[in-house]
Amino acid sequence: MTFLHKHILGTRQLSAQDITMILDTAESFKEINTRDIKKVPTLRGKTVVNLFYEASTRTRTSFEIAEKRLSADAVNISASSSSVVKGETLEDTARNIEAMRPDIIVIRHSASGAADYLARRLDCSIINAGDGAHEHPSQALLDLFTMRQHRGRIRGLTVTIIGDITHSRVARSNLFALTTMGARVRLAGPGTMIPPGIEKLGCEVFTSMEEALAGADVVMMLRIQLERQGRSLLPSLREYARFYGLNRDKLQLAREDALVMHPGPMNRGVEICSDVADGGQNVILEQVENGVAVRMALLYLVSGPVADNP
Amino acid sequence: MSHSETLILDGAAIRRALTRISHEILEKNKGTKDLVLLGIPTGGDYLAAELAAIIAGIEGVEVPYGVLDITLYRDDLSHKTIRPLRKTDLPFSPDDRRVVMVDEVLFTGRTIRAAMDAIMDLGRPRSIQLAVLIDRGHRELPIRPDYVGRNVPTSREEEVHVDFDSNHKPIGVRLIKP
Repeated sequence: MTFLHKHILGTRQLSAQDITMILDTAESFKEINTRDIKKVPTLRGKTVVNLFYEASTRTRTSFEIAEKRLSADAVNISASSSSVVKGETLEDTARNIEAMRPDIIVIRHSASGAADYLARRLDCSIINAGDGAHEHPSQALLDLFTMRQHRGRIRGLTVTIIGDITHSRVARSNLFALTTMGARVRLAGPGTMIPPGIEKLGCEVFTSMEEALAGADVVMMLRIQLERQGRSLLPSLREYARFYGLNRDKLQLAREDALVMHPGPMNRGVEICSDVADGGQNVILEQVENGVAVRMALLYLVSGPVADNP
Repeated sequence: MSHSETLILDGAAIRRALTRISHEILEKNKGTKDLVLLGIPTGGDYLAAELAAIIAGIEGVEVPYGVLDITLYRDDLSHKTIRPLRKTDLPFSPDDRRVVMVDEVLFTGRTIRAAMDAIMDLGRPRSIQLAVLIDRGHRELPIRPDYVGRNVPTSREEEVHVDFDSNHKPIGVRLIKP
């Protein structure tokens, strides 16, 4: 069995076999994260640049820890403290970084397609850590890993994703990965937040949160991006919370043992109430924990010898 | 492609070799105190289980055994196709133990080098010893086994295969000439 991807740009390009291999590999890395010495020499001598054009705590820290546990040399660049503020283009910045010969660039950017753009122009491996409203593959893979850990499988699960679907790269990456693996995906949110035609990607669309929750195995809440589009699409946060926020009463519509997930950071009291966010069914911190193992798997797999196909 | 195969050891011969190795391990370590077996996949983990069972039959003591995946410690990551990782599973800490690594075929010694690094990351054993079913020569590192089932002179091009049945019992060792 081989892994033939040089880049991880999205879950859309990944086959069921690829995803299974990533999750199985992550399973082995999880053990390393529980050791006293949390480090293996696998990527010794490799340089990884984390190029983050958007604010991030979780994802950037998670990638950096994953890189360090594999003994790679990690370098962080954040847009606010780099020459981006001096007006350099993405391509120029990336070419300059590439001239220093990194092996992998992990990129987060506000423009959809930024990772793909770099993958076409640079020789090193590119891992997409979130590009605009397009994809966030490592997040979706850690979500699947967490589901598989609790349910033993992905196939046949009903996963309900609720929130601003239009602007959510997490929703899109999950949708591709989950349908590839044979899960049923339901999307729910206000009409202004559901892209028209998305049901063609193989999911069911609901405007009623209650209907979308009925019998679900997994409930995934998305963050309302207050700093972005939130205001113009919503009459008020209070109204949003009433119709699309998850609280204990609504959660009872899902299966009794349904998992509650959130990619973070949470807006408590908006899309999720504290009694659910801290309740017995939440696996939110497990998602974070598993993120390190999944990202180690991605870094390891793209570092192997690859055929020329992307 | 024409190639010839020779059966070097059959199931009974393997059994006798493992029994002798078990006695040698007990003799050298003066019993089972602090003794643990660590099998290197794939194959070495099955042999470690066999040795543990034989030692239990001789001494009446269950010697703990574990699985050590060394893929992440290999020095040839960029040359070989990536293979699925096996989970390292140690039901014990190697601290202050007498660790016997178990592998099926000793060849260049690079796997054993990687295995020693892997063990050192998990703890500080009192000693590390090496048991192999087949030593086929061609060492590239200063590594020698403590216990050998059979020395088999080979050429570099030949391959040595240890076969297991569906219950992970060793049933034969084949030398394959290209």
